[in-house]
Amino acid sequence: MLQKTPHLRVTVVVMYANKRLFWTALILILIGAAHSYYRYAVHHVPFLPGTYSEFWDVEAKVEFVARGTPVSVRLTLPRSQPGFLLGAEHTASSGYGLHISDQDSRMAEWTIREVDGPQVLYYRAQFQVDDAGDSVRVGQPPRIQPVIWSPALETAAHQLLTEAWRESADPFSLARALQQRLSSRNHQHVQLLLSEYSLAEVMVMLLNQADVPSRVLHGLSLEDGRRQQTLQPIVQVFSGDHWQLFDPATDLGQRETHPFLLWQQSAMPILEVVGGYDSRLTFSMLSTREPASSSVHALAISDAVLNLSIHSLPISEQAIFKIILLLPLGALVVVMLRVLIGLKTAGTFMPVLIAMAFLEMTLLTGILTFLLVVGAGLVLRQFLAYLNLLLVARVSAVIVCVIGLISLFSVLSFHLGISDGMKMSLFPMVILAWTIERMSILWEEEGPRDVMVQGFGSLLTAILAYFVMQFPWMRYWMFNFLGLQLVVLALIMMFGSYTGYRLLELWRFKPLMERSDARSD
Amino acid sequence: MPGPIKLLLQRWRALRAAGVLGMNERNISYIGAYNDRSLFPLVDDKLKTKVLAQKYRISTPQLLGVIRTQGDIAQLESQIRGAEGFVIKPAKGSGGKGILVILKQEDGRFQKSSGDWVERLYVERHLSNLLSGLYSLGGNPDVALIEGLIRFDPSYSHYTFEGVPDIRVIVYRGYPVMAMMRLSTRSSNGKANLHQGAIGVGISIADGQAVKAIQHDRPVTHHPDTGQLLSELRISGWTQLLVLAARSYEMTGLGYLGVDLVLDQFKGPQLLELNARPGLAIQMANGTGLSLRTRIIDEYLLQLDHETETAMERAASAQRLFAAGSELFTATETETRCKDMAALATK
Repeated sequence: MLQKTPHLRVTVVVMYANKRLFWTALILILIGAAHSYYRYAVHHVPFLPGTYSEFWDVEAKVEFVARGTPVSVRLTLPRSQPGFLLGAEHTASSGYGLHISDQDSRMAEWTIREVDGPQVLYYRAQFQVDDAGDSVRVGQPPRIQPVIWSPALETAAHQLLTEAWRESADPFSLARALQQRLSSRNHQHVQLLLSEYSLAEVMVMLLNQADVPSRVLHGLSLEDGRRQQTLQPIVQVFSGDHWQLFDPATDLGQRETHPFLLWQQSAMPILEVVGGYDSRLTFSMLSTREPASSSVHALAISDAVLNLSIHSLPISEQAIFKIILLLPLGALVVVMLRVLIGLKTAGTFMPVLIAMAFLEMTLLTGILTFLLVVGAGLVLRQFLAYLNLLLVARVSAVIVCVIGLISLFSVLSFHLGISDGMKMSLFPMVILAWTIERMSILWEEEGPRDVMVQGFGSLLTAILAYFVMQFPWMRYWMFNFLGLQLVVLALIMMFGSYTGYRLLELWRFKPLMERSDARSD
Repeated sequence: MPGPIKLLLQRWRALRAAGVLGMNERNISYIGAYNDRSLFPLVDDKLKTKVLAQKYRISTPQLLGVIRTQGDIAQLESQIRGAEGFVIKPAKGSGGKGILVILKQEDGRFQKSSGDWVERLYVERHLSNLLSGLYSLGGNPDVALIEGLIRFDPSYSHYTFEGVPDIRVIVYRGYPVMAMMRLSTRSSNGKANLHQGAIGVGISIADGQAVKAIQHDRPVTHHPDTGQLLSELRISGWTQLLVLAARSYEMTGLGYLGVDLVLDQFKGPQLLELNARPGLAIQMANGTGLSLRTRIIDEYLLQLDHETETAMERAASAQRLFAAGSELFTATETETRCKDMAALATK
């Protein structure tokens, strides 16, 4: 009975476990595939990262001279608008308190109790060019202001409007006709009107006179790589639920094709500085192209399902997930190398973390740093071994020394002009220190031979994981198709139940194949 | 099919035919299937193993005392009184680390196995380090076992360099299926650890005779330090040793167990420690695959149906089942052999 029952029970459990594993893996793969297809079909995320979208980085620079009194600076901020989707925003302003309010117009308010001398404040925003351009609500049309011309101008204005009215059918064509006339400055009536008002003002007044809601807004004409730009006035003309922009300064015939970004969406002051003088607002802009994927989140932000996913997070947090979501891939590589090949690694997860450190440092510097620092750490460990310390104290001492070593290497490589040499950031540093801890314990427990075997096994695994994780398509898929995470999970489960030989065992057990002649005596 | 892949497939099939157990299969189909995780502490803690062994009347090296706290170190004297020599062992150590062997004590001075004399302070510091976890896995606090000295049978002294050779028996579902003796060498630093370069000599389950020897997974014929021809090794009192190994099954309930034994000149085989995750190198030392042996046991248990055998009967059955020449059986031969046995059993 004793021998019989356990065996039966065990075989049943094993078969059952395998069957259960099979179904679990299958269900995971199906869910993963379904979700990926949903992303493709409903959210229009392309399977291949072939398409790119255009991004504009716009930086506003506020300069003024402070008087040494409390200072408050209010800057109107842009919003998403047809043609542009607002992405990440950053500000730089040392010592200032910052408050961003978002009521009828978006405002950044910098405040400081006491400051003196020239001041510079920065605001930076990324816009994605959105050709579809219908996902943003239309602003409220302004109320029509009664127009009263001075008697000298009244005839000129009336005549100009009548001519334009005659040639037009709707508010937009009326605006176009007015723009055409206003842009040709030699017109006698136009010159008269411009003696008292600006071009944009004249256009808005004329449109208002014709009962067309319109207003002057300020924005930027986007040109790649331009700096020291200022805002330009533009006329926003409404017709029912739609509006269009008309630039009275440019002639329709020779219109340049620079995209125009509205900085404000209601006619309010752009910049107000209290407690300073000589204020200036200038802009610089830069155009970049990135895979279309990163745009999808913004386009479909209203989707309820998507709102719960990581694609609804701010860009800066998504950037972290872009890396974190690669970890399962690295884990898969570790499982494959250990179970299928039989490579020995120190710890299960450590090679993945080393690979992530490589992602941050680039491969070659990563490997060099790894070998140098871990090697030095192990030599130090040898010296510390003579002191007969307890394990915890010894490992801690090694880590303290290694941190000293890393600093030394960094300083040395900097002074030797190897600028690329030791670019150390916190994350790779923590991983290296931890690697040394693991290796030291391994040295204590199994001896130097195992440290070599597992150290190089870990390094090899890390390099392979690095290549998988830095492969652009993999990065694209893992981030944009979250369902693939489940597929990776299923694969890991399947490898976990593999009972065949490991590749290296085919060599290890080789003598057992030649049993007949290998028998001693 | 490209050459290299063909070669790999050939090897794969040859190893399968030879019944060689791989690491993945061992983990899932043997350890995972037969060794309940909750039973692992019984074998991972040497003190627990020892208490259990005494309960099951399995002879182990005599336990002189246990030192649990730093304060207990002062009581060392009362524990080692009367014993000429003793051994200090960490309960949760591995790979022979932290084991201090004292051959003799005289006027508060101690002689180590290397022959050097040390002061009491040295022993005290060793104990103190051991208790604070210097030798235990992961540096966890530990307990020191004070054991009586094993008088190793001198007839085997030619087979080993310094350290004490031990015998590893794999017990599968209560039946000893494979055995090897581990001999320390100069390159293993006197440790009987195959990993560190000790020699593994495969021992026939049937009669305790050496079958084959390996060092670093490759065959050797002579001990590199003593020059002794290894094939002459024959373990006396073999059946008694197998019975002892088989009894560890009832003791632990682990269906896939590595039993480490040592031969005492006067007291016979002694249980040293148990291992719930025994390695696979024993296959190399015996020149045969473990699956071949375990399949024979599986078949045999089917023949037995619901009858159970005592440890003594199991040892005898194993000796009969693995009688001379069984190493040469291939998988198919094993099957026919099993059928023969089935036929015998029905008669």
